[in-house]
Amino acid sequence: MVKLMKRKELEQHLQELDGFSKPKILLEQYETRAHIAACMLHTIESAYGDLCGKTVLDLGCGCSVLGVGSVLLGASYVLGVDIDEEALKISTSNINQFELNEVDLLHTDVKILPLLLRGTQKFDTVVMNPPFGTKHNKGLDSLFLEIGLQCLSDKGVLYSLHKSSTRDYFHRKAPSWKVEARVLAELRYDLPATYKFHNKTSVDIEVDFWRFEKKN
Amino acid sequence: MKLLTHNILTSKCLKGVTVGYPLGIVCHTQAKEVKVNEVEFNPEFISRMIQKVDWPALCKAAENLGHSDDLPPAVVDDYENNEEFLKKAHHFLMEIEVINGDLICPETGRKFPVTDGIPNMLANEDEV
Ligand SMILES: C[S@@+](CC[C@H](N)C(=O)[O-])C[C@H]1O[C@@H](n2cnc3c(N)ncnc32)[C@H](O)[C@@H]1O
Repeated sequence: MVKLMKRKELEQHLQELDGFSKPKILLEQYETRAHIAACMLHTIESAYGDLCGKTVLDLGCGCSVLGVGSVLLGASYVLGVDIDEEALKISTSNINQFELNEVDLLHTDVKILPLLLRGTQKFDTVVMNPPFGTKHNKGLDSLFLEIGLQCLSDKGVLYSLHKSSTRDYFHRKAPSWKVEARVLAELRYDLPATYKFHNKTSVDIEVDFWRFEKKN
Repeated sequence: MKLLTHNILTSKCLKGVTVGYPLGIVCHTQAKEVKVNEVEFNPEFISRMIQKVDWPALCKAAENLGHSDDLPPAVVDDYENNEEFLKKAHHFLMEIEVINGDLICPETGRKFPVTDGIPNMLANEDEV
């Protein structure tokens, strides 16, 4: 087995990736910062071994920070899915910059994704930082989660970020989704100035890093 | 788009489509429509994929691309220990990439374009 890359080193690599050039507010396009992405992915691999040698779905991949990081930690195959062509172009250039050949991209709306995937061929791991579902997109965070779970194989695991204010809701929902749900960490997430949805240049919001494991 | 990705995709999202699998592949006639990348060979991973992959669909895809010559028509017994077979499966699933072309719904003929390696599987509201 290859030795796991240090978190700091992963963060340095992810810092080199391009983010959204013209973020679309309606699609809630803000990239996961290198520091948070590195913490998430490093935990996923070091504590649970859910990346190395796995098939990974990067749901709402944007510029593919999570997908590229997954491959750097040993994922064998990553499919990045996004509705936005421009984001996918940035993803392509990010993937090429790292000369990775393990990532494929798919241009579609996650809402129809479960129908696009052949039944038996589901993913080992889903990683995502979905739209928080604010304002125009109420409930999109929960929808991403439900769709991500549908794309998982029987023993699959999903990792995601959600606003801490929704924590009770997801805990209540977990049994009906047949998952074991755990908050692994609480983060302070600064929605960057590029995301001019708020008047201030950036706002700190509290975000939970979740692990959802399928129970069968 | 790798053939592993092609092997996963269906057009069942379209109204009236029941199976939508496998999608046909047509490449545009210019050169550079298919590329071969080098991907690290991981025998355990490929063995695990072989259990999930629809082999006939992979063969058909390879045939659509005119690359079928050396792909065995069926999964061989004891493939886990057959490095030559695993390497071929690896090559077809992970290394051959469709750059530009169309994916075609086998039931309706609806085309989904592949541009710069990315399949566009968005569907209009009246199609789903
Ligand atoms: C908060 S960003 C996260 C991007 C990236 N995963 C990251 O961590 O940096 C959410 C992403 O979801 C995408 N998105 C929003 N709605 C979508 C939908 N219905 N289907 C697919 N992607 C969608 C956006 O284009 C955007 O790239």
